[in-house]
Amino acid sequence: MAYEPGMDLAGGGRAGRLRGLSGKLPAWLLYFTLPIILLLVWKGADMLGYIKPYTMPSPEKVAATAIELVRNGKLVKHIVASMERVLEGFFIALVSALALGVGIGLSKRVDIFTTLVLQILRPIPPIAWIPMAILWLGIGETSKVFIIFLGAFFPILVNVVDGISGIDAKYFELASVYEIPRKKLILRVILPGATPSIMTGVRVGLGNAWVCVVAAEMIAAVSGVGYMLSDGRSLSRPDIVILGMLVVGFVGKVMDDLVKWVRAKVLVWA
Amino acid sequence: MPDILEINHVCKRFSQNGSIVEALRDINLNVEEGNFVSIIGVSGCGKSTLLRIIGGLETDYEGSVTFDGMPVTAPSRKKGFVFQDHRLLPWLTIEDNIRFSLPEEQEDRESIIRESIRMVGLEGFESAYPKQISGGMSQRVSIARALSNDPKILLLDEPFGSLDAITKINLQDELLNIWKRESITMILVTHDIDEAIYLGNSVVVMTPRPGTIKRVENIDLGEPKKRTGPIFSRYREIIYREFFTEANSPFIYNL
Ligand SMILES: Nc1ncnc2c1ncn2[C@@H]1O[C@H](COP(=O)(O)OP(=O)(O)O)[C@@H](O)[C@H]1O
Ligand SMILES: [Mg+2]
Repeated sequence: MAYEPGMDLAGGGRAGRLRGLSGKLPAWLLYFTLPIILLLVWKGADMLGYIKPYTMPSPEKVAATAIELVRNGKLVKHIVASMERVLEGFFIALVSALALGVGIGLSKRVDIFTTLVLQILRPIPPIAWIPMAILWLGIGETSKVFIIFLGAFFPILVNVVDGISGIDAKYFELASVYEIPRKKLILRVILPGATPSIMTGVRVGLGNAWVCVVAAEMIAAVSGVGYMLSDGRSLSRPDIVILGMLVVGFVGKVMDDLVKWVRAKVLVWA
Repeated sequence: MPDILEINHVCKRFSQNGSIVEALRDINLNVEEGNFVSIIGVSGCGKSTLLRIIGGLETDYEGSVTFDGMPVTAPSRKKGFVFQDHRLLPWLTIEDNIRFSLPEEQEDRESIIRESIRMVGLEGFESAYPKQISGGMSQRVSIARALSNDPKILLLDEPFGSLDAITKINLQDELLNIWKRESITMILVTHDIDEAIYLGNSVVVMTPRPGTIKRVENIDLGEPKKRTGPIFSRYREIIYREFFTEANSPFIYNL
């Protein structure tokens, strides 16, 4: 569980046992303690000469590179390029997984018709599609959006179907008493009833989409954070690679926080 | 008044992992329009099954059920159903739960919603979610939702079963007032003898395994109805005797 403001880290259970160790630290400070320790270890190893600058740069070298790339706008450009691909692929996945998921959730026949193909396609990692995606779609945007789509589609689909099958049958009975037409049933009972599960799918799907964009860009792209990583490697600039990795991690965290915030808003009723 | 509901020779069996449960055997009951019928029996005697058959929620049975001159084949808005678990949609506000139950093309939809919320005294809670209100309030909304659809009959399955005694009494009185004012036919299933006598102008006593109708007792408590006093006690005695023979009557142990 991530730290969120107002969370009681010194509360009962497992956190309670940590009290002896960290009871004097306020939660927000505890939150930053481990990153600071890791930074100090990194810096210490650098000062003691354990790490070679051509394999692992010092923290301030990475910081300097970060400032340079922010100044000349390249970092923002790469992040925006990756984000655009992710959002595009993710939304196509969301809409199609919702549509197919509702179809499967409502019709046994649609379920049987699609299940074998879906079950075989699902375990194939999106990254394994990259060679075919490049062959079929070239190295342009389409192939990358396709990979992201695959990464987001299956987690969302599985959760939409699970969410619908988890809706208590008593609500369908209620709908029959009030003679609710099919379209209204989908909009007012099925989609909202499946929303807790759909939000889980959205969270996993968006996380996957972000992993996939980086992978796809490392193989075929001239922009994006994944390209930044592979470019850093070919330039023998480990500082750029480390910075790229940190950016991937940080943006991923922020996106996940955003999804959790949206989920809390959407599920006020739960 | 003519009979709005005719139940003839209804039998219902459930088959559950190989074994067959005879839930209802040869049920015959006619309900006159505008009546308030209480059905009482121990848990598992088939009360809910019978009510669900009347409501059209259960269609696989023997015998016939005629409502308003037509065989019952499916649930409908004209047969209001109040479930024990109130069954509000948790993701819709109180107001939206009622709005949900009304057809899109319903005239005066908004004023119907406002009026039904007012009728059950829930003004101010329109935009609350079900989890934010009490069990008694939820059951009020559930009754308001059923009534807003202007049903010809209201079927209530132990609607007050899970409420505390005081809330229960309040809701019973509200239901009685609604029945007098709107003159809707009501069928209420309960396992509470006092509730059955106080609300119904006839009490149907069911016995279990298989579920059969043992007795139909007409009730006249006078006006206004009282929950205490000799008339009430006499009816209570009659119904008690249907459940407890001399040998195992709880009174014996009290002596
Ligand atoms: N869907 C079902 N499947 C199998 N048996 C059922 C089902 N519904 C009810 N029964 C059985 O039918 C009998 C009557 O049940 P019910 O009508 O719910 O009783 P009551 O409402 O009086 O408590 C019980 O023995 C119950 O176990
Ligand atoms: Mg029951």
